[in-house]
Amino acid sequence: MNNKKGVKGFFKKAYKYRAFLLMLLPAVVYTLIFAYYPMTGVVLAFKKYNFSGGIWGSPWNGFENFKFFFQSGQAGLVTRNTVLYNVAFIIINTVTQIAVAILLTEIHGKHFRKVSQSLMFLPYFISWVIVGVMAFNIFSSDYGFLNRLITALGGEKVAFYTKPEAWPFILVFFNLWKGVGYGSVMYLAAIMGIDTSIYEAAAIDGANVFQRIFKVTIPMIMPTTIILFLLSIGGIFKGNFDMFYNLVGTNGLLYNYTDVIDTLTFRALVTNNNYGMSAAVGLFQSVLCFITVVLVNKLVGHYDKDYTLF
Amino acid sequence: MAAERSHLGKVRKGGDVIALNIIAYGFCGLVALLCLVPFLMVLAGSFSSEQAITQNGFSLLPQDFSVEAYKTVFRDPMVVVRAYATTICLTIGGTFLGLCIQTMTAYVLARKEFEWRNAFSFFFYFTTLFSGGLVPYYILINQTLNLRDSYLALLLPLLFSVYNLLIMKSYILGIPDSLIDAAKIDGCGEFRTLVQVVVPLIKPALATVGLFIALAYWNDWYNAMLYIKTEEKYPLQYFLYQQVNNIEGYKKLIANGSVSSAVVSSVNLPTQTLKMALTIVVTGPIVLAYPFVQKYFVQGITIGAVKG
Repeated sequence: MNNKKGVKGFFKKAYKYRAFLLMLLPAVVYTLIFAYYPMTGVVLAFKKYNFSGGIWGSPWNGFENFKFFFQSGQAGLVTRNTVLYNVAFIIINTVTQIAVAILLTEIHGKHFRKVSQSLMFLPYFISWVIVGVMAFNIFSSDYGFLNRLITALGGEKVAFYTKPEAWPFILVFFNLWKGVGYGSVMYLAAIMGIDTSIYEAAAIDGANVFQRIFKVTIPMIMPTTIILFLLSIGGIFKGNFDMFYNLVGTNGLLYNYTDVIDTLTFRALVTNNNYGMSAAVGLFQSVLCFITVVLVNKLVGHYDKDYTLF
Repeated sequence: MAAERSHLGKVRKGGDVIALNIIAYGFCGLVALLCLVPFLMVLAGSFSSEQAITQNGFSLLPQDFSVEAYKTVFRDPMVVVRAYATTICLTIGGTFLGLCIQTMTAYVLARKEFEWRNAFSFFFYFTTLFSGGLVPYYILINQTLNLRDSYLALLLPLLFSVYNLLIMKSYILGIPDSLIDAAKIDGCGEFRTLVQVVVPLIKPALATVGLFIALAYWNDWYNAMLYIKTEEKYPLQYFLYQQVNNIEGYKKLIANGSVSSAVVSSVNLPTQTLKMALTIVVTGPIVLAYPFVQKYFVQGITIGAVKG
């Protein structure tokens, strides 16, 4: 755009596209303010924030914020927790969702299939605040349903809310609980897309139903599975703040097993008012996320160009 | 719905079919039941007497049936009504505004004759790759825009999402170009083409994206926690969150002896059952609306994933 014709051409096009540009305007302004402007705020990670100075006026402090984050041992802990939880979530959810999808299609009773699918989808619609109450209902030491069962069977009450080792299981359970119906929809769609003549051929060849599932259905939904798997890998450094905060809350006893990057960022900011360190943790996460998403996108493009983001 | 069509054709009924049937019905039935049970337990807890819960703990059926907890919830009905009103207004307003912005944007990005569409698409997609994180956003809302304690701090953060934009765009891409061209030959401007030709054709996408946006507003508590300080302005979910945690705080006070347990028993305030009743009051509408909206979500997930 450095010659006169280019500039003129640019304005001519802009005029031609004026209606389009006007339609884009709200979204563009929104994105500039709420996504791009905050990106410049990552400089706070290298600053000692004070209220009067704000983002731009606060003094620089080099890598102090990162030093604190890494040397306190928190970086290793929260990164490990975030990744391990996500790995567990991805594997367990994928396997269960596929199993549910395959078995749902094997159910011939239409009403049974519809009702059970609806029930499985229901948890997706409620907020994590409500799930937090449900978790309390089940796992509370004094009133929890589970402890009632345990004592009825002659066991000792378990204080789940002071027992960090129990939480990986509880969190995996609720994460699955909330996502099983939602996630299986994708696989159901993939199964519906399989050409029925393949099943007929398998039946003629004498395959039994289990062979049909393992030799036809599962291989045929592999492409979908791989794509969805890769897409979820893209978010492996993102902790689901909603879930962790509502189930664990500010229960410090559980942090070793439940603290993820997002809950640490939040606590550093809101509880400790340590803007600098919180920004440093946030930047650390954003960079990790960026790298994984770009890598994953490359891999996804390798399998199927249609699914790439850019 | 996805599982409408039976997929299997005619198969011989052997032992393997029966075995698979047992597994399929058993497994799906169990998963469905597990999804339902927490709802039932909360419901049962809400209709139990406080005494029965503190003695026995929660169960699947109401113990010593009582509506005391609901009476406590509605002791001051205005509190609940206000939280409901806030959430309903935010949901309606946010969904409408969000749909308008998202539809316009998706329409432009789906128009092949718009030569700059790839550049603009990247402008939007890039925000899903990298973000400034919580702190800059927090400062933006609280200080730069000065929206602390304003309803706008609840409305704006959820207004626009690139994922919804993608669903909408892939839907609009499915409209034959000839329809849009015909409208233009008839002398329609872009806005009229969008409103009179495109919008009627993408009603399913509008329903799907609209419901996704609406659900996000309905279930939002996070933005309220970060930006809203006045109790009267709490939306429904954060109201529940606060109530549940206040009850916890109250209990801690009792344990520490700051409030004598005699005072507590004299006012006889239900705590555990109150939590459950509040949860039911907050969850109710979603569960009731759910059967009617489920299919739109199923649609949205499938479209979103094809071009997501």
